Amino acid sequence: MTLGLVGNRLVSFAVTLFVASVVIYGALYLAPGDPATLLAGGHATPSVIASIARQEHLNQPFVVRYWDWLAGVLHGNLGESFLYKQPVASLIGGRVLNTVFLVVYASILIIVGGVALGLLAALRRRTGVVITVGTSIGLATPSFVAAIILITIFAVNLKWFPVFGAGTGFAGRLSHLTLPAIALALSWLAYTAQLTRAAVHEELGKEHVETAHSRGIKQRRVVSRHVVRNAMIPITTVSGLTVAGLIAGDVVVEQAFGINGLGSFLVQSALDKDFASVQAVALILVTAFVVINVIVDLWSLVLDPRLRARAA
Amino acid sequence: MSATAAPVLAPPPAAGARRGRRRSTLLRDPVAVAAGLFILGLVAVAVLAPWIAPYSPSAGSILSGNEGISSAHWLGTDSFGRDLLSRLIFGARLSLLGPALIIAISTLVGATLAIAAAWIGGWPDQVVSRVADILFAFPGLIFAMIAVSMFGAGLIAPVIALSISYTPYLMRVVRAAAIQQRALPYVSACYVEGLPAWKICLRHLLPNVAPILLVQATLSFGYALVDLAAISYLGLGVQPPAAEWGLMVSEGQSSILAGHPQESLAAGVMIILTVVAFNLLGDRLASRQGMELA
Repeated sequence: MTLGLVGNRLVSFAVTLFVASVVIYGALYLAPGDPATLLAGGHATPSVIASIARQEHLNQPFVVRYWDWLAGVLHGNLGESFLYKQPVASLIGGRVLNTVFLVVYASILIIVGGVALGLLAALRRRTGVVITVGTSIGLATPSFVAAIILITIFAVNLKWFPVFGAGTGFAGRLSHLTLPAIALALSWLAYTAQLTRAAVHEELGKEHVETAHSRGIKQRRVVSRHVVRNAMIPITTVSGLTVAGLIAGDVVVEQAFGINGLGSFLVQSALDKDFASVQAVALILVTAFVVINVIVDLWSLVLDPRLRARAA
Repeated sequence: MSATAAPVLAPPPAAGARRGRRRSTLLRDPVAVAAGLFILGLVAVAVLAPWIAPYSPSAGSILSGNEGISSAHWLGTDSFGRDLLSRLIFGARLSLLGPALIIAISTLVGATLAIAAAWIGGWPDQVVSRVADILFAFPGLIFAMIAVSMFGAGLIAPVIALSISYTPYLMRVVRAAAIQQRALPYVSACYVEGLPAWKICLRHLLPNVAPILLVQATLSFGYALVDLAAISYLGLGVQPPAAEWGLMVSEGQSSILAGHPQESLAAGVMIILTVVAFNLLGDRLASRQGMELA
């Protein structure tokens, strides 16, 4: 039963990725002008464009071209940037680590900080008001505005953190990527906190909690055993989805802090109209986004047997 | 917070007929009134910009660049010596126009598809839902970046891309509500009376799903504003010397290191306040409807 369910999700995952890849590759043909000109990226001479068309076999039908491209991607060949005259894979190789570090760092902040603040807001009424107002503002703060505020306060005035770049090594990255991770995490952290507060609030009012209280179980134990455990289900699902959302936010934050990662490369490629690079990075980011969504989806099935029963 | 963050509303147990009462309680809610007035004020400022702005948004001299707050320049000047207050006021135009277009397009397309899908059912409904599922896999910002690399930077390509990626969010909410409405007796009554399907949908079904549509559109407006401002910030949207808040945050960034953060901060604060207003109004509208943010 459960196996069938997992299989079902995996099939829809494969279909989604397939269609996404067709859209990303097909965009080349939807754009104004012919694909070779687009791949050449702006100021190419007709002979260069012709040689690109030959090299990329652009005279062949779309299905054949798409299939070749997909086969290449699956073998780790992400195509060639004609702007930099290099394979895209070698252009992004060194950048992936910075992006992964930043996204993981922000995820940890979101999950730890969001759940802690949400719990505090639900359990302590007076701090709760402050946290609710704070999270409402945090929720409305775009990552690049958060970046500006953090740079102004902590990098320029207090000089606690560096302003630009990603740093090298673990310690260097940690100090360079702290402000970016906070900027990236902020609105999602606020969202997770609000959700946690609502979920805990709802659990607190339930009968099984009242029963636990009337049995004389201490508040601390009621919260940890009976409230948090149930509240964790929606929290895990949503905070997992926020991690997927970080992939889009990452693009903005990398640019704001001048971090040499996948996101800033995507922005630069889009500005340069370096289409091969845009395709490759967009495909990587969309794949990561879909994969995380599927993992969260399956994980919530593991956590909550009721969902399993309903979905089956 | 990007397109992917738009919270999805569960439809209300029953969309009610108590419209009169609902409206009056909303007006008695100070938070909703304040948020609504703020938004109306912003729209007024955007429309009346040429008459209320103290200076032209493009006039200035580099010699008077990065001035602090003074009686001549209430918020100081940017690095080109342009009056910041005037640029914020004119910036409201593009900053609100973009998200308004996105919400208008995605609401129109999303509601039409959703109601048609809910009405027809069967395989067309399946197809529409599948396409929506696949669109969910594209974060709006990344979609917009693909569009920009195809069509070039500007207002139009990102607006179209974001309209497409916001459509499934509106569609999902409306479809669920429309399916619920379809099963209610008044729809069969109209049917028995011999009204054509489009008339039932437009005159009777649409007004009943409209409140949910309004909530989702209001909440989405804030997210669309953030996404579009982020695109301008990245240099992929409207180009200088246009006045737009996202662009102003980015133009002011180089002055921060020199100790003049006013341009970035002023534009950033305007974005935050506007999004807070839309979020609060959306939340209040949702709770009037008895909807839960899921």
